[in-house]
Amino acid sequence: MNDMDEIVQEFLVESYENLDQLDRDLVALEQDPSSRDRLGSIFRTIHTIKGTSGFLAFPKLERVTHVGESLLSRLRDGKLSLTAEMTTGLLAMVDAVRGLLACIEATGLEGDADHTAVIAVLTRLQDGPSPAAAAPAEEPRPMIGDLLVQTGKATEEDVHFAIREQEIGDPRHIGEILVEQGVLEPGEVAEMLSQQGDVIPQQRSIYESTLRVDVALLDDLMNLVGELVLTRNEIVSTIAGQGNQVLLRASQRLNGIATELQAGVMAARMQPINMVWQKIPRIVRDICVNVDKTVHLDIEGQDTELDKTIIEAINAPLTHLVRNAVDHGIEDAKVRLAAGKPAEGRIAMRARHESGAVTIEILDDGAGINLTKVRDKALQKGLVTPQQLRGMSDADLTNLIFLPGFSTAERVTNVSGRGVGMDVVRTNIEKIGGAIDVQSAMGVGTTIRIKIPLTLAIIPALSVRSGGERYAVPQVNLLELVRLEGDEAATAIQTIHSAPVFRLRDALLPLIYLHDRLGLESQRPDGGALFIVVLQADDREFGLVVDDVEDTQEIVVKALQKQIKGVGVFAGATIHGDGRVCLILDVGALAERVAEGGALRDTAEAVAETAAVETESLLITLIGGERRLAIPLESVTRLEELPFSALERVGPREMLQYRGAIIPMARVSDVVTGGSGPGGDGPLSVVVYRRGERTVGLVVDEILDVVDQPVYERDEATHDGVDATIVVASRITEVLDVREAILRADPSFFDDAVTAEA
Amino acid sequence: MSTTSRYSTFSLAGDLYGVEVERVQEVLKHQPMTPVPLAPPSVAGLVNLRGQVSAAIDMRRRLDLPLRGEDDLPMNVVVRTDDGLVSLLVDRIGDVVDADDSTFEQAQDAMTGPARQLVRGTYDLGEKLLLALDVDQTVDVNSRQNVGAGDRGGSTSTTGRGGTRPGTPDTSRT
Repeated sequence: MNDMDEIVQEFLVESYENLDQLDRDLVALEQDPSSRDRLGSIFRTIHTIKGTSGFLAFPKLERVTHVGESLLSRLRDGKLSLTAEMTTGLLAMVDAVRGLLACIEATGLEGDADHTAVIAVLTRLQDGPSPAAAAPAEEPRPMIGDLLVQTGKATEEDVHFAIREQEIGDPRHIGEILVEQGVLEPGEVAEMLSQQGDVIPQQRSIYESTLRVDVALLDDLMNLVGELVLTRNEIVSTIAGQGNQVLLRASQRLNGIATELQAGVMAARMQPINMVWQKIPRIVRDICVNVDKTVHLDIEGQDTELDKTIIEAINAPLTHLVRNAVDHGIEDAKVRLAAGKPAEGRIAMRARHESGAVTIEILDDGAGINLTKVRDKALQKGLVTPQQLRGMSDADLTNLIFLPGFSTAERVTNVSGRGVGMDVVRTNIEKIGGAIDVQSAMGVGTTIRIKIPLTLAIIPALSVRSGGERYAVPQVNLLELVRLEGDEAATAIQTIHSAPVFRLRDALLPLIYLHDRLGLESQRPDGGALFIVVLQADDREFGLVVDDVEDTQEIVVKALQKQIKGVGVFAGATIHGDGRVCLILDVGALAERVAEGGALRDTAEAVAETAAVETESLLITLIGGERRLAIPLESVTRLEELPFSALERVGPREMLQYRGAIIPMARVSDVVTGGSGPGGDGPLSVVVYRRGERTVGLVVDEILDVVDQPVYERDEATHDGVDATIVVASRITEVLDVREAILRADPSFFDDAVTAEA
Repeated sequence: MSTTSRYSTFSLAGDLYGVEVERVQEVLKHQPMTPVPLAPPSVAGLVNLRGQVSAAIDMRRRLDLPLRGEDDLPMNVVVRTDDGLVSLLVDRIGDVVDADDSTFEQAQDAMTGPARQLVRGTYDLGEKLLLALDVDQTVDVNSRQNVGAGDRGGSTSTTGRGGTRPGTPDTSRT
């Protein structure tokens, strides 16, 4: 089966279900026309079918649903109120859609049924109610009985007999009954059926061959399988001791079957994300053709397995996000070229397991979100008040796009922009306990990150022992294992600033002793071997020292209850083959602990460079609201907080009154951004430098901290007053080019320095 | 005519405790347990209840009673909560009893320690008093209510679930 067929089939299955729901919703809506939720749900369903049919190139389907959607849109906006005629019209549309879907399923094509009547009715209804009754949508299919009589294969009485049989409860088709009565040959029935129309009802439809199973049922099955496995273990171990060959063979069979059953039930729940992603390239391509753009799509991690429920839940949101990225994110080729970007846009989709969750990212290098537009739109639509807007940060503004009814699209295109959008995306993600985060930079692009807990996911994990207990480490965090023999262990682990490190090839690896972290006693015999599990989380590497390393196995991640959630070192729990509960370590949280402890070097390379482990003190400051800037403390004379009134203007320059003198100063935000920083009239945080008789002050927004940090490397190309970019306490921090900053304050500060400085 | 309430009972350090029978999923003999380092002290560990991972709360610790000996294996009273099943570790499982609601008394004043918050009240069973536990409070091991509760016992209880129970102390004391 090719990809295309698969996409169409999924669409059919999904749409059939939606249509059944739609019938119920429409009827219920008639009872309670004011239910906006219901109206919204109907609207979204039709919107989805319309959208997908557009991509799959089913123009008739698209046309029919488009008029329906327009009518629903007016209803939703309160411009029209629902009448019986409208309900009839909408139900006729649902029937027309169902007919088209059946035809597509049977033949792959839309067939040539005529839907102009439905379209006409719906179009008319959009302009307001009218007394005319809705026309019937389609000519009914000829009845099989009529056909049989017409062609003389059966008499009218035969057919009536069969219909009566059906009426008193015979579930079979008329043809089958007549075959049994000896009136017809089986072949004749098939012939009649093929005459009846495009649709051959006897053929098993996709709808019937795939089955939706309640996830709760799968949960129950999973639990039962777990119990079966435990019982099996018990039986197998009992029988093994008895020497009864017959029982032994039976128990071995039981063993194998239970294992397969377990695998099967697990597999029933898991699917690669590719299920959703395989249709993305085509969607992107189609939109590109539609809106005349070119986009290069990168997909990474399509084998990442997700629980079925999660796959289903993220399908629509992901499709929507990609659509948005192409339609709104990526600019037209001309605009891109003018902005100095390649004409071809780039969209990347990535999925990965990461510290107990699945992270999905959708990145584009498009225009980014225009916050000014977002603000205006939110105001115009009355979603926020001007008062609320005033207190909002850029991140808050970005999040406005998640409000219901928000859409910045300037025109309603066929692709997107009807205001069903990010709110639905967010609702769907949150429904499965996930989170969505948008980061955007004007002109640079947008990154959307979705984090989904893998409560139900199955992941490979390594079992380790520490302090007498077993813990699971997600394989995704695992880089390598190191085994140290007794005497080796004593020498290979060194301490730097009381933090243990291990030299792994060229790098110094910070270590965490798991039993220490958990407050347990190590069970490692004196002089016994020691294991270092080399882990990675959030680009940080560290070694976890454990007593023993066991096997790797697939584990089912179970969520922790609230009594234990607060501990913070565990990502979940799982049940091992022997029935024991085993805690899963949260590697990300452990890594954070390393960073807090100050032992973790930013990267293994940086550690290698500073093998001598020289450190220097850095003053961590804040500028421009959120930029962290480090200033080497070594040459600093004093740190001062001066009142705003100490600031003096001397011509175009700002000077400081400091200890009875006027000293030159520079605002660090001006130095590193090359522009002017924000003003304000609060106290000034000043870093004072003195050299002989000369004194200058550098003004920062705020002084945060002083840290000891391994000596950093100057970046080869320094620019804009920044000497290097390093990571301090897991935050990106720039190091100020002090010399340039001082020169900015006092160009002659270093004059006559040649003799003094080496 | 007096009504009765049905309790599943168990013993702890010589006293008889009970939880509403409809909150109890099952009672089990001692189960192997996985300790959880760094968890609140009353969390004894995690048990596998037919494929479901559930927290086990040592009721002796929870009620600040003297601890069991090493060899005294506790039994499990598995209760249903909003957050799934939670297992209460108790000394011994008792019978299911029908307690006469007219004998119910709020007992905060007679209790000390954590029991002030966790025991909703007592029923007089004739030969013994039944201490009725508030399940939701009991499983909420992260709450700070047990700290410094000495001077507000009476007022908290009347706003709690006790007030809606049949047979309040007023009727029983006449």
